[in-house]
Amino acid sequence: MNETAATVVGPLAAPRRERWLGKTVLGLAFCGPLICLFLFLVLFPIAFMIYMGLDRDIYSDIFSDPVFIQTLWNTVIFVGVAVNLKMFVALVLSALFSVDHRFSRILSGLFLLPWAIPSLPGILAFRWMLNGQWGIVNKILNDLGFEGYPWLVRRPTALAAAIVYHIWKYLPFWTLIFVAGRRSIPKELYEAGEIDGTAPLQKFRYITFPMLRNLYMICSLLSMVFSLGDFVIIKIMTGGAPGDSTHVLATLAYRYTFQMGKIDWGVGTFITALPVTLLFIFILIRWVK
Amino acid sequence: MRLRGWRKVAFYVVCTALLVWTVFPVYYMVMLSLVPWEDLFKPRLYVAHPTIENYLQTFTQSNYFVSMFWTQLWNSVSIALMTTLAVLVVGTLGSYALARIHFRGSRAISSMTLFTYIIPSSFLSIPFFRLMADYDLIGTKLSVVLVMITFASPYAVWILWDYGRTIPPDIDEAAAIDGAGPLAVFFRIYLPLIAPPMVAIATYAFLYSWNEYLYAVLFLSGEKHITIPVMMGNFLATDDAPWNILMTVSVLYSIPPVIFYYCFRRHLVSGLVTGAVAGT
Repeated sequence: MNETAATVVGPLAAPRRERWLGKTVLGLAFCGPLICLFLFLVLFPIAFMIYMGLDRDIYSDIFSDPVFIQTLWNTVIFVGVAVNLKMFVALVLSALFSVDHRFSRILSGLFLLPWAIPSLPGILAFRWMLNGQWGIVNKILNDLGFEGYPWLVRRPTALAAAIVYHIWKYLPFWTLIFVAGRRSIPKELYEAGEIDGTAPLQKFRYITFPMLRNLYMICSLLSMVFSLGDFVIIKIMTGGAPGDSTHVLATLAYRYTFQMGKIDWGVGTFITALPVTLLFIFILIRWVK
Repeated sequence: MRLRGWRKVAFYVVCTALLVWTVFPVYYMVMLSLVPWEDLFKPRLYVAHPTIENYLQTFTQSNYFVSMFWTQLWNSVSIALMTTLAVLVVGTLGSYALARIHFRGSRAISSMTLFTYIIPSSFLSIPFFRLMADYDLIGTKLSVVLVMITFASPYAVWILWDYGRTIPPDIDEAAAIDGAGPLAVFFRIYLPLIAPPMVAIATYAFLYSWNEYLYAVLFLSGEKHITIPVMMGNFLATDDAPWNILMTVSVLYSIPPVIFYYCFRRHLVSGLVTGAVAGT
């Protein structure tokens, strides 16, 4: 627009164009540090990693490693179950915190604790609680007359423990997001519903959910991308044990690269997940903007 | 809304269950930090013989596992402080450009900021390691700080930008008419006005770095140079780790974030909420 106007009007518009150019230079200058960070510490590493991962032999190597295949499944299970279960429960719980009651106010304060506590202390507490010999979980089970179980020594329960921790830690945050989302729904909609005699479940189905659907989808997708790269939960909770059967992408890449010295295998692990991750990111960027 | 009958019962049951689920692991962590070594292998729901011995051992560094506690604490603090300072600089400058200057390329910049915010930081760990090795930065605090700045800045820019654009544009224009250049406007007008979210952003950046494990474990090694979470992870390398001491360190390490979160939770949540809700 500006440029066509400048060519038509000629010299008259020149100062305006100059000012506009000056603004662009100024804007880019203020964003200078941000742009440098992006170019040198985001774009360059990604390009470098893709370059390192160009060798096709890597993929035939890692795809014939059973640990790698199992890790892909673990990641899908971890991200799929943990994120979706968490989001669903968060949506349901957000109704609880929307109830104006003393109990829910007290609870909403304490509810933030898991989110506030850093990952390592929380994971370590879970790990000790689930310890087969000295854990409190087995102790309680024994007291109730059940057999204890070596939770972190069997693959299914070890993965489940990682999922449970993820939900414990991040449920509060997303619940708060949905509570805020509910507050932004116009009250008139519910009042209209009440006049029509709508039942609570119908209110949820016809008013709350349609109003929150976009928020729900964005949050789910965002949380999935974040969790795809999760390192610390598996690393600290199971360390990949038993027998490298509970790795996720990041912990396996760490093992390949820094413990086995196969840097190209590590790169290959991330590159395999890159298309899905980038797709999710681009959907999100288009959605959020 | 008033609750009656079975709905009231259900409400109390769900709230109580949620309370136990939320608080129990924290309670257990604190409890274990007060348990003497002899009782560690006798799981109980309460402390039979409470002691502050674990805290004393940690503070006096008299246990092998925490022999460098204060040095490592300082490493965590100094890395977090450097990150905070740098994120504030990058964030305020970037947000000023995006919020107050209409310029070509601002859309591209906001996209790349969002991209950096979303991409899982672990995906870049291998090229980052190579990069830091090439520049001989492995083992230095700077290496960790650089990565922390990269991943903490986008959120800072978004929050400050969101706040900055609510300031009426007349203020800048009035200043410009008075002959103030862009830098003067930035320092004298913009910075004081965005002070409230800057406090929240400083907290966010500090905690982002304080909580980081992966890059700290990748880049730092040696008792003297590691941060607190790396030291905690090292407990797992042996079978006879004193878990009561580990839980003591856990409690101490969790105190600053818990205080910060409770002071600034409104800012931290509302920032992301306005972003996400506005996006729908």
